[in-house]
Amino acid sequence: MSDLRNRIQDVIDNEPVALFMKGTPQFIMCGNSDRALRALRQAGAPVTAVDVLPDPAIRQELSEISGWPTIPQVFVKGELIGGADIVEELAAAGELESKLEHSLGPAYRESPAEQVASVL
Amino acid sequence: MATDPLQRLLHDAFPDATELLVEDRTGGGDHFQVIVASPRFDGLPLLEQHRLVNDALAGPLRDGTIHELRIKTKGSA
Repeated sequence: MSDLRNRIQDVIDNEPVALFMKGTPQFIMCGNSDRALRALRQAGAPVTAVDVLPDPAIRQELSEISGWPTIPQVFVKGELIGGADIVEELAAAGELESKLEHSLGPAYRESPAEQVASVL
Repeated sequence: MATDPLQRLLHDAFPDATELLVEDRTGGGDHFQVIVASPRFDGLPLLEQHRLVNDALAGPLRDGTIHELRIKTKGSA
C-alpha cells in the first residue's frame, strides 16, 4: 500500500466524522461538498475535512478504498455513509443525527470543533 | 454529453424501472440529476441503492464526462 493510501485510511479509521471534499470548509469548491458539509454542520457533527483537490491521486486512492466514485464522501467511525444526496436525505429524515448518536455516543455534539486534515 | 446515453445506461441496468429521469442541470452536459424508481431498491439501504446507480454510470463517471451527479432513488412503494 502506498503512503498516501495509508494516510487516507488513517483519517477514515481514526476521525469520528471524515468528510472528503473539494476545497475546505473555509473555501468550498463544489456545490455537492457544500451540501454535505451543511447537512453535517446542522446535525452538529464533529467534522474533519480533507481537501481532495491538491492532488488527483487522493481522489483515486480514496475511491479505490471506498468503492465510491464521486466526491464528497462522508465516513462515520470508518463506515462510508455516502455522498451529498445520501447525507442530505438522511439529515432530512432525522437519521443522520441518530446515526451520529449511535456511532459516536449521545454527547457527540459537545465536541463539534471542525478541523482540516491533510493526507499529503 | 447528452442525456440520452445516460438514459440508455440506466435503462439497461434497471429494465424494470417505473421512473427513469435524467436531467442536465446546467445545460453544460456534465452536471446531471438522475431519478430512478425500481423495485430493485426495495429493502436496500440508501448507500446500496446509490451504489447500483453509480455502477450503472461507472463509465461516464470514470472518464469524467459526468462531472457532477445527483441521485434520487425510489423503491416500488
